[in-house]
Amino acid sequence: MDFGSFLSALTPLNLLFALFGVAAGTIIGSIPGLTATMAVAVLVPITFSMQPASALILLGAIYTGAIYGGAYAAILLNTPGTPSAIATTFDGYPMAKRGDGDLAVALACFASVFGGLVGAFALLFLAPPLSKVALAFGPVEYFWLSIFGLSLIASLSNGNLAKGLAGGAFGLILSTVGVAEVSADIRLTFGSQTMIGGFGVVGALIGLYCIPVLIDLVAVPDRHLKVEQGVQSVKIKPAFLIALNSKFNLLRSSVIGTLVGILPGAGGSVAGLVAYSEAKRTAKPHQKFGEGEPDGLIATESANNATVGGGFIPTLVLGIPGTPPDAVILGALLVQGVRTGPALFQSGGGSIAYTFIYGLIIATVLMLPVGLIIGRYAYKSIVSIPKAVLVPTVAFMTIIGTFAIRNSVSDVVIMILLGVFGWVVGRFGFAASPIVLGLILGPIAEQGFVQTWIIGSAIGDLPGMFFGRPISQAIVAFTVLSILYPIFAARKHKRAESNSEQVS
Amino acid sequence: MRRTFIKSLLAATVLSMSVAGTAKAELSGSVNYIIPFGPGGESDISARFQQPFFKEKFGQDMVISYQPGGGGAVGWASLNGLNGDGQTIMGVNLPHIVIKPAQKDVGFTTEGLNSFHWFHFTPDAIVVNASSPYQTLQDLIDDAKKNPGAVTLSGSGKASANHLAQIKFDKMAGIKTTYVPFKGTGAAVTALLGNQVKAEWGYTTVGAKQGDAVRMLAVAMEERHPLFPDVPTFKELGFDMVGGAYRGIALPNTASEETTELWSSMIAEINQDPAFRQQMLDGGFAMLDVGTDEVDEFMKARTEQYLADARAAGLIK
Repeated sequence: MDFGSFLSALTPLNLLFALFGVAAGTIIGSIPGLTATMAVAVLVPITFSMQPASALILLGAIYTGAIYGGAYAAILLNTPGTPSAIATTFDGYPMAKRGDGDLAVALACFASVFGGLVGAFALLFLAPPLSKVALAFGPVEYFWLSIFGLSLIASLSNGNLAKGLAGGAFGLILSTVGVAEVSADIRLTFGSQTMIGGFGVVGALIGLYCIPVLIDLVAVPDRHLKVEQGVQSVKIKPAFLIALNSKFNLLRSSVIGTLVGILPGAGGSVAGLVAYSEAKRTAKPHQKFGEGEPDGLIATESANNATVGGGFIPTLVLGIPGTPPDAVILGALLVQGVRTGPALFQSGGGSIAYTFIYGLIIATVLMLPVGLIIGRYAYKSIVSIPKAVLVPTVAFMTIIGTFAIRNSVSDVVIMILLGVFGWVVGRFGFAASPIVLGLILGPIAEQGFVQTWIIGSAIGDLPGMFFGRPISQAIVAFTVLSILYPIFAARKHKRAESNSEQVS
Repeated sequence: MRRTFIKSLLAATVLSMSVAGTAKAELSGSVNYIIPFGPGGESDISARFQQPFFKEKFGQDMVISYQPGGGGAVGWASLNGLNGDGQTIMGVNLPHIVIKPAQKDVGFTTEGLNSFHWFHFTPDAIVVNASSPYQTLQDLIDDAKKNPGAVTLSGSGKASANHLAQIKFDKMAGIKTTYVPFKGTGAAVTALLGNQVKAEWGYTTVGAKQGDAVRMLAVAMEERHPLFPDVPTFKELGFDMVGGAYRGIALPNTASEETTELWSSMIAEINQDPAFRQQMLDGGFAMLDVGTDEVDEFMKARTEQYLADARAAGLIK
């Protein structure tokens, strides 16, 4: 951790790369379908002719920018630009709807920068010890983690528990279509070869979130977002004050994001959801989550950017990518001749790792001005474009974005069908999020369960395997809490109202 | 307004990069190299190694994209529908392209794929955690004999190279172990490092990547891997096991013979480059050069072998 690495991260060229990377990443991330993985993969060859540290800084900057950029579409179009931004739609879009889109965009920027910094500092100071977290999570822990994730449906569905559970179950069924990862069985394809690939998460996100918005845009004569009279400028100062006021939420969500990021296979979407439900659980009575509560936005945006630094911990220390973009970056590192492992963090061979981490920190700081400027631009263009232009443009983007995932026309057809389905069931009060949650968590739960069962049978101790390990027990406890909480909270809320006193 | 324009422009650029050069013949521009898996696996890593050499030797960019789904089946089922002008190639893997179509109709057949060149393989290996009590292969066999079924081994996928190796070795050694399938080598190695399983059926690449954190008990090669002079081969220990997962390149079946020959010679030229070979060996890979003239024979032999193994294991009928 020498000062030299910090200085070499600060060369004008590296600063330029960080700046360019953050800007490019933000724009790419804001387009649903164009993911951080794709952006990083396309740019890897450019980095071959560069110094390893500069190359890493560029890739890391694009990655962190893309995770933040995903918030724009989530806030302004109710469509997560990347899976990490799913929970951002819960409060971001209602804020934009009521005319606070500019505030939401600025708030997302502050939260993302804060979360990104927490993750990056964890990577800088605590990487080798924290990498143990990735190894402590075995199949059974992933199984329980996904069950915990599914239990969040209960706290997210606001009195509509049955519909939430039905949506989650539907998502779980969708997740089983195609070739099963651990059994190699081909399921629920009904003989159709187009179904072998199953339902992709990104395509489903675009369909289930964006298509209903488009249909509604066409169906109702109102403006897309409410706009207050007068000249608009991104509300930096009020956003900063709100963020400052929520410092505990920021810190808690960032820590959650960092820890979830360390787990390979969990990712930004899970981190955002866990942080969101924690923020909701500890909310003050006057806060209305799901109706445009800034704290909800702060929680998800700080958590998902914290996964960037968190995800690099197993990538650099264990050579095990924490997230798909990490996997691409790891490949680029190998080509550059950089060997990952604990040795990377010891003095001597570690200068590249440290230059990269400092570069990531610098890129995250640069995201503040870059994000505010691009965010202002994004907000202004979305509110000022007439509907007649906005709808076809967004519709075009959804098709391009879905096609770009794996150059597949059938993915586009599936996306549109899912979207129409989502709109229809949405009229009856079924939300998109439980479906997507089931789709994302289904495979994690299934694989964890099957592996746990196989190992448990082999050692002849199934109950011990499922319930005997301390981390699993803790996750099970959280799950029970999360299922019982809505009932408990309703009662507590009622009591608080009658006593008219603050409950935290 | 302007932003949306920039957005569409950007999307169009990214898109055109991924479906580049569908117009002219014979390397008229950048080449699209499709990996039918997600990033980070052995297929991706070896493609990334080829990428700079391709640019250096043939002056064109090689753009790698990922089309995961169905354990590779989504990509391979789409291959013959792509343009056969030589601007698009796809990675192919053994035993995947033999086992998958033998199990069920997955939209492609082994013979239907124009797999024209196999350029490396990752030899099977039994890997244990550095802290494992198993010092030698015999230790593992002894434990498995004492406690049938209790020795758990992680591996990548079911009916995969790792799984076939496990079944084959169990039979040869007369032991019973438990195979735990994971999603990809990365997850299987994570389970090994976290001591969730007692050993892993992996490849020599795992030993190269994890270094001191793991120990390989034996490798399925004719001779020892130059990177691991201390690790015995299965053959030395009396088990006739040589093989692993093979990786090659395929073109759409509409590609002309000339295009196929051109590609085979280009892949061979990269394979002959000492710097490329060194990089591959340092990564734990084993080189192979089966070009168009030998590929039919090679495929025939491998296909028979895999089908026999899979049938014996009850994975296919």
